[in-house]
Amino acid sequence: MIQKKINYYEVIKNGIFKENTIFKLALSLCPSIAVTNNLRNGVLMGTAVLFVQVMVNITISLMRHFIHPRIRLPIFMLVISGWVTITDMSMAAFAPEAYKQMGLYIQLIVAFASILARAEMFASKNRFIPSMFDGIGMGLGFLFALSLISFFRELLGKGSLWGYQIINAKPLLIFILPAGGFIAVGILMGIFNWIYGKYENKSY
Amino acid sequence: MSSEFVKVFELIISASLINNFVFTRFLGLCIFFGVSRRMETAIGMSITFTSVMMISSGLSWLVFNYVLVPWDITFLKIIIFIGIVAGFVQASDTIMRKISPVLYHKLGIYLALISTNCIILAVPLINAGERYSFIESISFAFGSGIGFALALIIMASIRERLELADVPKPFRGTPIAFIVTGLIALAFAGFSGLIKI
Repeated sequence: MIQKKINYYEVIKNGIFKENTIFKLALSLCPSIAVTNNLRNGVLMGTAVLFVQVMVNITISLMRHFIHPRIRLPIFMLVISGWVTITDMSMAAFAPEAYKQMGLYIQLIVAFASILARAEMFASKNRFIPSMFDGIGMGLGFLFALSLISFFRELLGKGSLWGYQIINAKPLLIFILPAGGFIAVGILMGIFNWIYGKYENKSY
Repeated sequence: MSSEFVKVFELIISASLINNFVFTRFLGLCIFFGVSRRMETAIGMSITFTSVMMISSGLSWLVFNYVLVPWDITFLKIIIFIGIVAGFVQASDTIMRKISPVLYHKLGIYLALISTNCIILAVPLINAGERYSFIESISFAFGSGIGFALALIIMASIRERLELADVPKPFRGTPIAFIVTGLIALAFAGFSGLIKI
């Protein structure tokens, strides 16, 4: 096996900025709106995805020599749904309050294109340590996006953060409503693109 | 009998309009934004999607009620349902290619995309959670399919116009589509309270 020198810092940065799951790739969008009406749920969901992503990447990269390429997709799906079931059951046990609100979306992590895509594109071709760092990078990017969205939605929609009241003015109710979620994500995505374009000196 | 019929009708209306999967439950967004660029693909996707969803949720109902519940292994439902959906999509892909190549040429690409759609997994999970009967499960799946088709077609017709509009550069593509979806969702919020279940 050819040893490639991989810069772990670059791998993580790639996951957070260049290939940010929500803002740049526009994948796995369902929870980005459904669970982000307060900061705590957003962070919990992001952490769950981070955990599943890292564990799936590790498992796949350890198993990559035993998986026949023709049946790799069903195997990946099985590994992912196994880890999602574990996350689902531990969430139900340790955070029953939050689980009541977002249980369905935790179960639907199975259908995330981004997790399957990383398993296919990175973990099945790379060694154990780089795959782990790739998982951490992609998961952190997702966590970052979810926290950013839920931060703004809770601050504008309720005037509070993590359940604590901060602003005592009349809040903009629309940002808590489903419709406001779409608008908030759209605006944040545009701003992210704009800043990223400046950073990369593109002609935005 | 008539109350049964009313229940089914209510389920279809509520799944398609009031609890529209795209606008109030935020599922299937990846496919929604990916496919709604052109009207033709939107229509193809909705037809394929609705039929696959009805059959696969029927299959999942049978497996859930006759295998998982008697053996008391309902905690495996995520793995089993994704297996059923993926297996069914793969099977119908193969069968369609053999039996009707013309139809496969038209709708085949959408079949491959469907297994990454969250709605197709969410409907069996909701059916299992709410303990719907067989008829109710099928009609719930049908209603969800109609709702998704409605969302796709509205969005596709707006996005075809949006191509010509002068949108600020960072907002082009997905961001502006998100904002438009938000405005449609606001309109759909008007349906809430139409039927109480």
